[in-house]
Amino acid sequence: MEEDEDMIQKKMMFVMRKAPHGSIYPYEGLEVVLITAAYDQDISMLFIDDGVYSLKNEQNTEGIGIKGFMKTYFALEDYEVEKLYVDNQSLKDRGLSKKDLIDVNLQYFNRDEIKKLMDEQEILFPF
Amino acid sequence: MKIAILVLDGPYNHEASDTAYNFTKAAIEKGHEIEGVFFYNDGVINAAKLMEPPSDDRNIAKRWSELGGSGVKLTVCIAAAKRRGINDDVVIDNAKIAGLGQLVEMAVAADRLITFGD
Amino acid sequence: MLHTVNKSPFSHNNLESCLSFAKEKDAILLYEDGVLGAQAGSKLESIIKEALKKHTICALKEDLNARGISKTVGGIKVIGYPEFVDLVVEHKVVPWL
Repeated sequence: MEEDEDMIQKKMMFVMRKAPHGSIYPYEGLEVVLITAAYDQDISMLFIDDGVYSLKNEQNTEGIGIKGFMKTYFALEDYEVEKLYVDNQSLKDRGLSKKDLIDVNLQYFNRDEIKKLMDEQEILFPF
Repeated sequence: MKIAILVLDGPYNHEASDTAYNFTKAAIEKGHEIEGVFFYNDGVINAAKLMEPPSDDRNIAKRWSELGGSGVKLTVCIAAAKRRGINDDVVIDNAKIAGLGQLVEMAVAADRLITFGD
Repeated sequence: MLHTVNKSPFSHNNLESCLSFAKEKDAILLYEDGVLGAQAGSKLESIIKEALKKHTICALKEDLNARGISKTVGGIKVIGYPEFVDLVVEHKVVPWL
């Protein structure tokens, strides 16, 4: 890893708003998250709109022949990616609640709080 | 100002690659420094040198390659490229296939990062 | 913050989402198919007019011209690529792709 201890740390937010499997964005987005974590950046992931489906429990991709990546979410803590933010309204709009999501450490926010969190970022990556 | 460009979509299917190119040119014309253009997701296909569109259409790969020749750093993500059949044999001149770490370094070094995609 | 919207608001929820997450005074740029939302007289005009009270909304001239849109909702700033660059220099970017 080409890590540089003196590298500037920036606040980077990964805005996950696309559903998994229908496109590769959430999966390849997660790969960027893992690499960015290795560079010791201040990372957060924000799950909004269809992006909340990446966190849905009981996903089984066997029938579509696409590799699932839910397990990676359980490993994020090991990469020190600990800021996983979920938009309450996006869940509600889709008839989902906290109990429908995988058992990882998620933080739930309302829109006004999310606006503030977004505003604090230096870079926002859409996936 | 140093601006980094991230391209997440391939050529032709959508307008993303055209917008990214037009934006990059406009930024250079305004005197800004382009920290780099990074191709990810289907964006890596922008760097496939075998593309041969009809002669009255723009050649997206050639256009990027020329921009690279003028000094703009073009980087193609190796993992995304491998998935999509892009390697050193078919990548355009003036672009380099490299790891995702290059994207992070570009993001850290630039004052701004803007993403184009589908 | 500059929010960039490239999808038609008639077939995607990008603009709707953008408007619900953008904070007051944030700028919004409609480009690519996003410029379809700038068309005057559409069913979305009232939503755009409401949004104009809180946001500067710009639409990219080159994309409007390409789609034959000449009448845009009053208050929308029609800009070219050089001004697009200026917006990015002035603001951090939130892309709604």
